[in-house]
Amino acid sequence: MPNGHAYDFSPLRRTEISQSQSRPSLSYWQDAWIRLKANTRALISLYLLIGLLIFTLFGPLLWNIDPAAQDLDQISRPPGEDRRALIVPEYSPWTGSASDLEVGSGQGLRLIGEATTQSIRLGWDPTDTVTGYRVYRNIYPIGQERAYGIPRAEFFDSRIVNFEDRLDLKEGIYYFTVVPMKGKEQLLDLTETLAVEVKRVTTVREANQKGLIGLTEELGVGDFIDLAFHPLGTDYLGRDMLARLMAGARVSLFIGIGAPLFFVTFGILFGATAGFLGGKTDQVMMRFADFIVALPFLLFMILFKIAFGIGPGESGIGPMLVALVVLMWPATARLVRGQILQIREQGYISASQLLGGKTLYLILRHMLPNTLGVVLVTLTFAIPSAIFTEAFLSFIGMGVAPPTPSWGSMSNEGIKTMLTTPHELIFPAVLISVTVLAFNLLGDGLRDALDARMRNQE
Amino acid sequence: MAIAAFITKRLIQGVFTVWFIATATFFAMHNVPGDPLLNERAMTEAIRANVEAKYGLDKPLGTQYLIYLSNLTRGDFGISFTQENRQVNDIIREHFPVSAILGVLAVLFAAVGGILWGALTALYRNRIPDYLIMFFVILGISVPSFVIAALGQLVIVNMNSALGITLFPVAGWGTLGHMLVPSMVLGLGTMAYLTRLMRSSMLEIVSSDYVRTAKAKGLPPARIFAKHQLRNAILPVITVLGPAIAAITTGGFVVELVFAIPGLGRYFVQAVQQLDYTVIMGTTVFYGAFLVFMVIFVDVLYGLIDPRVRMS
Repeated sequence: MPNGHAYDFSPLRRTEISQSQSRPSLSYWQDAWIRLKANTRALISLYLLIGLLIFTLFGPLLWNIDPAAQDLDQISRPPGEDRRALIVPEYSPWTGSASDLEVGSGQGLRLIGEATTQSIRLGWDPTDTVTGYRVYRNIYPIGQERAYGIPRAEFFDSRIVNFEDRLDLKEGIYYFTVVPMKGKEQLLDLTETLAVEVKRVTTVREANQKGLIGLTEELGVGDFIDLAFHPLGTDYLGRDMLARLMAGARVSLFIGIGAPLFFVTFGILFGATAGFLGGKTDQVMMRFADFIVALPFLLFMILFKIAFGIGPGESGIGPMLVALVVLMWPATARLVRGQILQIREQGYISASQLLGGKTLYLILRHMLPNTLGVVLVTLTFAIPSAIFTEAFLSFIGMGVAPPTPSWGSMSNEGIKTMLTTPHELIFPAVLISVTVLAFNLLGDGLRDALDARMRNQE
Repeated sequence: MAIAAFITKRLIQGVFTVWFIATATFFAMHNVPGDPLLNERAMTEAIRANVEAKYGLDKPLGTQYLIYLSNLTRGDFGISFTQENRQVNDIIREHFPVSAILGVLAVLFAAVGGILWGALTALYRNRIPDYLIMFFVILGISVPSFVIAALGQLVIVNMNSALGITLFPVAGWGTLGHMLVPSMVLGLGTMAYLTRLMRSSMLEIVSSDYVRTAKAKGLPPARIFAKHQLRNAILPVITVLGPAIAAITTGGFVVELVFAIPGLGRYFVQAVQQLDYTVIMGTTVFYGAFLVFMVIFVDVLYGLIDPRVRMS
């Protein structure tokens, strides 16, 4: 035998290893987890979403404020603003006596006493030639266009020369204008305008009612006190933004995660049945799914909402969930069916059948677990679209009913005051965007990790 | 399958879908709690019977449904409940053109932008321009349309006050200046999707055999890019134009609301909020038919361009 040696034919010694495994064997999910961990963006998104869930679930335990409670002292307040208030005595009615007014001193339109959020007292000089006065209030300076603001009072007696304003006062500068009248006609040449700077005040009784004073604290007139703390400010009804954002997160995430869970489950069952049974049944079932896909999605969401209506005291979350499930399942069903059709032809299915595996065993043990990766990716991408849908519907007023907060309805309310108090729009809008962004990035990462065929081309 | 048979089949499906939309709308509206005469004062039994007879509300549900269907086939959507003596047909005729102009501009903006940006990212793959564009794409996909609309308005306001002149009007309709920003806002989300699609479709083609052949033949890169890559990469983008048109149509609801544009979308949302039944039914069926046939149109277009679609 050429080039042959005797030892080529001798048995191997026991110590020699004929085969070796260079790496430990990994299951599909272990492999996927390693891939996902290597993807920084997806991992950050995952942590972000976990943080968001904690914020939603446990936040209300720490920040125990009723999201529907109104703080009328602080309306549309951005976060981090000064919230000190002076304590003043209880309000006592004002008659506008002659000594108070210093009648005849010739000072014109003037402030009597101090201007506070409790009351603003004005006095002016009587003019004999007129028949009465109108008092206007504006929050902007009076310009050439003579926009005096809201009419506050009308007197048909030239001797009445005082006015007390207590309507919905906030700290800041108000511009009061007194317009003398002759009959019904305004004498615009004789108008006087006064800028009044209003201080924020409260009384001991009010502070006690709102629980602002500690048990041991002794506060009296002239002391300063901090009004209720709102870390993210308040909305246009004086409701705490942080509490509303947390409550709104529950609604938005419940719909955003709950609906996809339901319709993906239904889609798996439907698609797996169709794919496995095949033939005529499959055709009929998929025709039905195709039909649902062809329906204009948002129009039907709106129709659904109208048809079910929202009774008094209901939040409208239930109908929205049902509508989402009814309209969104076919995509998953199609996907799972396609997967099942592929897997059905695989060798390991035949092998399992040969070994005596029954139909149900085949589906549960071999087919469904092998579609799980694709399904998980679909689920991750379905969540942002469900959150979007909820936000869209709430934005056009077809979503959850007030006072139940959701990020969409909060944005809808915030957009009206966008130019003056942007924080009411910014917070919910940023939360929606960040959540959707995180789910999208996580979905990309999961797709790369779980499904080689759908892998994003880098 | 012959192209005529393909089109016929799709059209029959479309008509069936529209019929279902009309039926679902009718019964959904019928299911709404309350009735349109509930708020009228001085409603005695006799008056009520008269009014119901006038509007045909005293007939059995089946008959009402048949009347509704026969009116629909004649293209008659009825009269608005809240805006007196205004026909739903008139509302659609007056306000749909506005929405259509806005939508066409938005689709154009989205398609041109998406194809260009997508091609650019593929060209500069894994370099700075690619990362930069893809960052904005992810943002565009993740930010809801009403936030983009609000931001767009904020930008206009600040720009106008900084320049001291009204470069673009903040809201309203009429001139090209009114149309530009809303249509850009409306098309932005779709543009982001198209960019992403175009990028992956371009990347697939870059490594294809015919591009290698073209390179081997010594064709200039610009010619390869325009003639071989771009043309083939655009194909898959056309398939999503149907859903994109749907997204832009419904997105128009929000943009028209925010920018105070007198389009049909704003009327639809208002009708929904005021429960103006006939307007809701009319506009829903109209929008539904529009969307269904747009999708069919795009499908047929794609079938004409790419014969493989018809074959399957």
